Amino acid sequence: MYGTWMARLLSARVRVTETVPAPAPVDDERAGLRRQLRGSLQIRHVDAGSCNGCELEVASIFSPVYDAEQYGIRLVASPRHADAAMVTGPVTKNMAGPLRLTIEALASPAVVIALGDCARDCGVFKGAYAVEGSVTELTETILQIPGCPPTPAVIIAALRTLSGS
Amino acid sequence: MNALETAVAVFGLLGATAAMAPARARALVAAALTALASMSALLVAAVVVHTHHQVQITSKSIIPFGGAALRLDALGALFAGLTALVAIAASVYLIGYARHHAMSRTASAAFPLFVTSMLLVPAAWNVMTFLLLWELMALTSLALVLSDYRRSEGVRSAGLWYAVLTHAAAASIALGLLLIAGHAHCQDFGVIAAAHATMTPGLRGAAFLLLFVGFASKSGIVPLHVWLPRAHAEAPSAVSALMSAAMVNLGVYGVLRVGDTLLGGGPQWWWITVTMAGTVSAIYGSIHAATSTDLKRLLAYSTTDNIGLVFIALGTAGLLHATGHPAYATLALFAGLFHLVNHSVFKGALFLSAGSIQYTTGTRNLDLLGGLLKRMPIASSIFAVGAVAISALPPLGGFVSEWILLQSLLHGLSTSTTVTVILVPLSVAALALTGGLTAAAFVKAFGVGFLGVARSESAAQVVEPPRLMNVGAGLLGAACIVLGLAPMVATSIVDGAVRSLEPGYVSAVRSRGVALALRGVHGVFEPTLIALALVTSLSLVGGLRWFISRRRSIRRAVAWGCGREQFSPRMTYTATSFAEPLQRVFDDVVQPSRDLDVSHQSESRYFVESVRFASRDADAFERYLYHPAFAMARTAARAARRLQNGSIHRYLGYGLVGLVIILVVSR
Repeated sequence: MYGTWMARLLSARVRVTETVPAPAPVDDERAGLRRQLRGSLQIRHVDAGSCNGCELEVASIFSPVYDAEQYGIRLVASPRHADAAMVTGPVTKNMAGPLRLTIEALASPAVVIALGDCARDCGVFKGAYAVEGSVTELTETILQIPGCPPTPAVIIAALRTLSGS
Repeated sequence: MNALETAVAVFGLLGATAAMAPARARALVAAALTALASMSALLVAAVVVHTHHQVQITSKSIIPFGGAALRLDALGALFAGLTALVAIAASVYLIGYARHHAMSRTASAAFPLFVTSMLLVPAAWNVMTFLLLWELMALTSLALVLSDYRRSEGVRSAGLWYAVLTHAAAASIALGLLLIAGHAHCQDFGVIAAAHATMTPGLRGAAFLLLFVGFASKSGIVPLHVWLPRAHAEAPSAVSALMSAAMVNLGVYGVLRVGDTLLGGGPQWWWITVTMAGTVSAIYGSIHAATSTDLKRLLAYSTTDNIGLVFIALGTAGLLHATGHPAYATLALFAGLFHLVNHSVFKGALFLSAGSIQYTTGTRNLDLLGGLLKRMPIASSIFAVGAVAISALPPLGGFVSEWILLQSLLHGLSTSTTVTVILVPLSVAALALTGGLTAAAFVKAFGVGFLGVARSESAAQVVEPPRLMNVGAGLLGAACIVLGLAPMVATSIVDGAVRSLEPGYVSAVRSRGVALALRGVHGVFEPTLIALALVTSLSLVGGLRWFISRRRSIRRAVAWGCGREQFSPRMTYTATSFAEPLQRVFDDVVQPSRDLDVSHQSESRYFVESVRFASRDADAFERYLYHPAFAMARTAARAARRLQNGSIHRYLGYGLVGLVIILVVSR
């Protein structure tokens, strides 16, 4: 009985969903930046006051199912290593300073990505006493990804317009 | 020549009169006369080395019990010359130092006497003269260590440790010398040397052990080193430099003089003892140097390390001689003495520049320094030169001597007797390990203390020390560079010293143009080529950097502090954090005492109010060897106190018992 279980488990075929990634969505607005990044986008993620919903989705884009690294998208540990800062959540009063310092510390091309509805317009936290404002209000963003939270597929599609691969 | 040697003593004794000078002039008088005595000594040493003659002075009347006898041979000339070189630099330094810190009467009298006794010890030619000068050296240096006794409890404790150990060592030396002098029925070194053949092996061995223990203690050899990191750290810096760069040498001199001249070499076990003591000291000293955060304590431990290396060389030389390989033996001896020369020069430079830092910042704690290179570039550069030399990096002197030492050890391995096959690889391993640890220690000292940002107010506002302090330290710094680029300057002097121990010796190295070639083994060393290669590669790297960055714009930004807005220098790498991994590796050896105290806020334990961390580098030998010994002595003393209970009857009884014992014994 045990043996049949094992046999069934071992003989189970791996289901192939997709073998060749679809080409990256074309977006002429960011063509210059894309040329500069040459297929690789290194991201420093900043949680400026998020509810952690977006964090869960960001974590899952690097899971084996979505595997964002195959499109040249990576999270790095220091802004010194990063091309872009990806900000989630409304910018709280406590995080406004560190966010500014992080953006200053970015290496060129030093762009900012706003991820999720809160980063775009503070979402449900609009007007809260601890909120300084949204990322789009405080700094110039090159890319805004809507959703509360955006699904992994949406995040990857948006980031691929930057990495281009 | 005799006049010159007399001049050393005369100037030195005159220097002691500096105590009578008014406070402002004291240091100047003491230092000037010390420098004159040192210059005379340097001249005598130079004459002895170049003419192969010995200087000899005897006087029946100066010292009781046999009179004074001084005789400077090439071996003594090397040590006297080295001491003189360091003393000249220290005297110049002292004048600058005393501009704002008036010297006390005691210190200004002790300083010239200390230097003079060190200049004359290598020339002492009978037991009485030697012991008297040795004791004078110990006492005057003790007075100098204690000259800042009001500053802290640490100074007084250092003085106590030094007093006890230096006198224990002196007793051991006196006993050893009296043993062999008693056998020879004469206290003249020449007669003793001629009589050693008739001594029984047991007596010779006992005398050598006693003398070795005494001299090893002076040299800071483990486990007799405990006074050294305390005294060298707490003494005024000119004195630290003299103690660390000149006085410890005399322990090496003693071992050579006794082991070779007076006892005429010995069986293998002597030299195995010397090598093992050197190996343990080298490793132990370098581990402690790598984990110390006190700048002068770090330098003091590295003295133990370097003298350990010299003892490895001496021991290996004796061993190779005893096993019948005199050619390799002299190479090892040469390497040891040459390393000693280099050590004196770079350690002198390091201690003097560390003293300048203590003078200007008021602290020796590396964790409170930082960024000194920008604010005191000259003093910092001298320290950097010393640090490169002590880390045995080309093109400076330390590299040359450690290279010859390594060559001599590796070639000693090829003699393949049982003892050398076991002992020499251990020494090579010790040399390699200490090399790495010393480099780590000085990367820490320079990187944390002189680069980066200032970690305290006093470090942020320093200026260069008085110019004469930099001149004094710079003299020795320049000597480091000379010894690295043109080691031939010193090799002939070291050759002379080796020849006085081994009459048939031909120089271990010969100059071939600008190259230095080892005789008898394959080994050529070209200091000038190395320096040239270094300059070329550095300029290549610099040029490449310019070429790559010439079209790029450079943006200057604040260091990344993980987004923190209150960025403080305390967040940078400190000496403690730099040494932490090493300390963890060598936890069993270093045994640091750490104290972590976290206090929480009263509302909740989740919020920390304050964290206090204190760490003190303790010495394992102190804890497991000395403290139990002190405890035993204290118990014995307490027991002995019962004898004295105030009863006059009992005291009379003691007198009676004593009298009876004497009468019975001397019947």
